[in-house]
Amino acid sequence: MKRALQIAAQLALYVPLMALIGYFSTEPRFSTLGPDEALLRLSFIHAAERKEPCRERSAEELAKLAPNMRAALDCPRERAMLLVELEVDGQLALRREVPPAGVQRDGNATVYHRLPLAAGRHRIVARLRDRPGEDFNFVGETTLELAPGAALLIDFSKAKGGFLFRT
Amino acid sequence: MASSSALENGDRPHLLAPLRHLGALGFALFWMLAASGIYLYIRFDTSVAGAYDSIGELEWWFGGVLRSLHRYAADAFVVVVALHLVRELLAGRFRGFRAFSWISGVPLVWLLYASGIVGTWLVWDARAQFSAQATAEWMLALGIGAEPMARNFLGAEQISDRLFSLFVFLHIGLPLALLAGMWVHVLRLGRPATVAPRALALGLLGMLLALALLHPVASGARWDPAVVPQALQTDWFVLFLHPLMYATSPAFLWLAVGGATAALAALPWLARRPAAPVARVDPANCNGCGRCVADCPYEAVILVGKRARVFEERCAACGICAGACPSATPFRSVAELASGIDLPDLTVDELRRRMQGALPAGEVLFSCEGARAGGIVLRCLAMLPPSFVEYALRHGARRVRAVGCREGECAWRIGLELAAERFAGTREPHLRPNVVYAKQGDAYEFSLR
Repeated sequence: MKRALQIAAQLALYVPLMALIGYFSTEPRFSTLGPDEALLRLSFIHAAERKEPCRERSAEELAKLAPNMRAALDCPRERAMLLVELEVDGQLALRREVPPAGVQRDGNATVYHRLPLAAGRHRIVARLRDRPGEDFNFVGETTLELAPGAALLIDFSKAKGGFLFRT
Repeated sequence: MASSSALENGDRPHLLAPLRHLGALGFALFWMLAASGIYLYIRFDTSVAGAYDSIGELEWWFGGVLRSLHRYAADAFVVVVALHLVRELLAGRFRGFRAFSWISGVPLVWLLYASGIVGTWLVWDARAQFSAQATAEWMLALGIGAEPMARNFLGAEQISDRLFSLFVFLHIGLPLALLAGMWVHVLRLGRPATVAPRALALGLLGMLLALALLHPVASGARWDPAVVPQALQTDWFVLFLHPLMYATSPAFLWLAVGGATAALAALPWLARRPAAPVARVDPANCNGCGRCVADCPYEAVILVGKRARVFEERCAACGICAGACPSATPFRSVAELASGIDLPDLTVDELRRRMQGALPAGEVLFSCEGARAGGIVLRCLAMLPPSFVEYALRHGARRVRAVGCREGECAWRIGLELAAERFAGTREPHLRPNVVYAKQGDAYEFSLR
């Protein structure tokens, strides 16, 4: 009798716990996007050009430096801010200035932007300025069909010629 | 009169019994996870190309069941830890001498979640993809690191076997850190309850095995960077932070989680209350026997040479040490009974005077504060030196009763066990053989043989 009571008491607790764990380990289902949405991710790491160009030291300047410090070029470490723009179907979706990393502002700048889009055909233009000045020096554009749940990645590689669109 | 051990009553059925052993059940679940995890690790292919398939190839009747058990044990671990935290919080067991255990428990919640989340990634399916990307986007909000973690999960070319080895390393290292943290968590407890009662642990294992057979865990679609996982079968116990982040923002989640962590860690100071005067050692009456050291539920007493010493910040003022002291016997023919270790606001001399004031009597009742049974009230039943019972019986009490808290609800963790062992004669100081007792429910009734 005592044993039966023990088992019944345990079942009274464990069966609801089993149901709780069984249900919430998979349900309710979750979606990060709406049913007719796709996802655009703009993500890249890039070291911008120097904010100030290197300049050649004069002989007088070099003479003032310690012998082991006499580099011909004086290159300020700070890099320019990146300016990134993303245009979707003619509408500006993102315009962001991204500072270089590091105390001296001489590191890479990191861009990561997540943008859900309605599924369908889109014209996407990405622009980047990685040097001092006004104009964008890199522009990439594409027109593509995005299915519901599709993921579009816009990466950037200077070595590969600029923006890369990957689906 | 038949004598019986109080421990026999410890296994009586009670619906809420698991709630009294949540910490020990947490340990039981950890070992279930470790045992099932070792087998899964043997069968697991730690490469990007092979991980998903190696899990899919597990035979359903053994590897598959162990995989499901592993997952459900992790979910149960989260439930048990949450209940443990809420129970201790509601009982106010986080301040004063309990602050160390409380504060050391806070990082364990982080380690538990980190272990579970990284474990999800190993399956390398759509759920893993969702969790890894969500975690990476959360980390990105901190802005730490030259290369954001989120870049690692964008496409197949960024994901290498080396990254996968890191996941495996984390899924072994984080649980080991969790185990080390669990050890620290119980470090200040005498007789820490790290082993669950067998019936409870087997019941829990049986429940998880039944769930594994009835509702086996299945992988989602293979990781595909070209799609965003949709209608995911999310594990809400371990992964609930991800939907919360997408419903709000990564910054909000950091604030919420950081704020909750800081609030929990600061709770012992925020809700501080004046503490009762702590136990005090009387060097003239302390012979260095070490019984108080052995019985202290909070490791607050140590021996320095041949003298006991009390760590004030750890002392609960429960009086169990006074009940263990061989000097605390009322038979001593001294005007003022001085114990080797005693509570300043409820001394054994005061207890003796109250007892003597009640004698002769039909009944002398000793009870602990938690029992609310009246009579001569002690902080804990284990504060009662057994010699007090014999003294009362020899000095005019027809019977003596002692009432403790309900089984499993001792305010000082192990007071009932210690009292039971002392009355049963298996622990010093014990009842002399000429005193017998019977136990009914939470009450002992004593008489001379």
